[in-house]
Amino acid sequence: MALTTPATVGPRAAERSVADQLTKGGADWLGGTFLVLLIASLGFCVLVLVTLMVDVIGTSAPVFSERFVDFMTGTLRTRADEAGLYQGLVGSFWICVFVVVLAFPLGIGAALYLEEYAPDTRFSRFVNVNIRNLAGVPSIVYGILGFTIFTKALRSFTSTGRANGLTVMSAGLTLAILVLPIVIITASEAVRAVPDSLREAGYGVGATRWEVIRSHVLPYAAPGIITGLILSLARALGEAAPLILVGATTGRLAGDPSLLDLGQLRERFTALPIVVTEWAKNPNEGFDELAAAAIVVMLVIVVIANTAAILLRNRYEKKRT
Amino acid sequence: MAITLEDLRGDPRRVRTERAVRVTLTAAAATSIMISALIVFSLARETWTFVTQVEWATVFASDGWFPRRGEYNIWTLLVGSAIVTTVAMVIAVPIGLGSAIYLSEYARPSVRKVLKPTLEILAGIPSVVLGFFAISFISPEIVQRFFGATDLFNLMVAGLGVGILSIPLIASVSEDALRSVPQALREASYGMGARKITTTVRVVLPAAVSGLVAAFILAVSRAIGETMVVFIAGGAGGGTLFNTNPLEPGLTMTAAMASQATGTDAVVGEALTFQSLFFVGSVLFLITFLLNVVASRFVRRVRQSY
Repeated sequence: MALTTPATVGPRAAERSVADQLTKGGADWLGGTFLVLLIASLGFCVLVLVTLMVDVIGTSAPVFSERFVDFMTGTLRTRADEAGLYQGLVGSFWICVFVVVLAFPLGIGAALYLEEYAPDTRFSRFVNVNIRNLAGVPSIVYGILGFTIFTKALRSFTSTGRANGLTVMSAGLTLAILVLPIVIITASEAVRAVPDSLREAGYGVGATRWEVIRSHVLPYAAPGIITGLILSLARALGEAAPLILVGATTGRLAGDPSLLDLGQLRERFTALPIVVTEWAKNPNEGFDELAAAAIVVMLVIVVIANTAAILLRNRYEKKRT
Repeated sequence: MAITLEDLRGDPRRVRTERAVRVTLTAAAATSIMISALIVFSLARETWTFVTQVEWATVFASDGWFPRRGEYNIWTLLVGSAIVTTVAMVIAVPIGLGSAIYLSEYARPSVRKVLKPTLEILAGIPSVVLGFFAISFISPEIVQRFFGATDLFNLMVAGLGVGILSIPLIASVSEDALRSVPQALREASYGMGARKITTTVRVVLPAAVSGLVAAFILAVSRAIGETMVVFIAGGAGGGTLFNTNPLEPGLTMTAAMASQATGTDAVVGEALTFQSLFFVGSVLFLITFLLNVVASRFVRRVRQSY
């Protein structure tokens, strides 16, 4: 069979004519159905996101419209119309501080070692496998680590006498350890993407390895590294399971210290996701709305962080390719 | 002028800095090994106490998981985890894989740029949020309405929540696998006159099968380790009878650990209640560890073949 192309009716018609001859005029029903199913599965994801947002925002509306300031500055209470989020915000803030101070430098340092100093030694291969395994350990198992090490073994360091080791410091250290593998993996990927020609130029003019890293590798890899850091911070902010094991308070919390009071690090604590859990499980009137409102606050923070990370990555990807 | 050895050796201060940095970074890398050792140590000590002192009849032949009464039926938790994971995969595998195929094979770059972040935002949603969504929407609107569950809290609700959490993971690992299939295979298929669907289903998917299997195993491992959704929506608190009905409340390994740790300052109860927490932790750790090792085998196979 010869394919004929009518020359006079323009390219569109020519295309259609060839397609007709190839498919013998029949429509591709199977392919069409398949495509519809694929689009439906992505549509499902969008639908879930939208439903979730509508559900949460709708449920939380009364809390925000009636007592926004009161809710943000109030403390944990047993009465729904008095309870507030403040102690959760403070706890989560300090947990993030621990992550930033401990996990970020350690993670970037380990990534630099693995990629720049020892890309293929037996030690670094072992460390690499080890990090990948750590990233797959369920978060609640990190809770057991935190409980055994920070709450029990290092109690005198992480806690005052009456807090029993169940403190912000234990929680912060635990979550710093939990996100460390993520920081290392994302930072390694960013460092690996730095072109070798940059390094060679540095060595060519006599720079030491560290000088090349500091003035060439790190600045070039910075957007990728920062994206990873933001994502791991968001992860630490939303993680609740390990905090249950290191004893985040779910009932009343006595102290009401100011945000920057360092003494509270060794006292009992709570955190945003724990507050959400507690309110979500509370069957009494009014706590559904509170849980939804706390979720909105948490999502606003997490979504801003994720969006920032995605934008940052898209922007630099575009610039370089 | 002759160059001396001194000139080639370089500035001693720079050499010292270089050495100090190297040592610091090596120490940072070694921390991860220390963390692994600490995890194993934390689990092992109390697990050993449990394993050596427990009456095994209470672990394998009792009526359910009631740690405070000295009944540690591990099957109850294993079956609970299996139910939640199965429900989760029934949702997450078709949806995640479908999304991955669309993004990798069908979507134009401009469409992809809009839709891919949707999955990334879904991936960034904390699991406690899904837990709340599960009991405030999924349970009354879907599970109770269409499956006739009587309890607001049950394993199926938890499984659906975990499934939604697993979609982005399956989608992103599968998409990586599909995109690593060489373009030449697709072109060869088109050259033979195959349609898009034939090319996708008969050529691209088989070529990417290792990566797809890896995505599945990773998602299973993640679903087994997921705590908060089941803790919030699974319904069972301090303990539960052995139960295979997904429409009843139940416990998974993770939720059992979380429930046991809440409410009390130090986990107390019968003689071995405290240690049973670590025993379950060890079982969970071993299962997810094995799954992850298998998954990384498959991932490596993808890398080697192309």
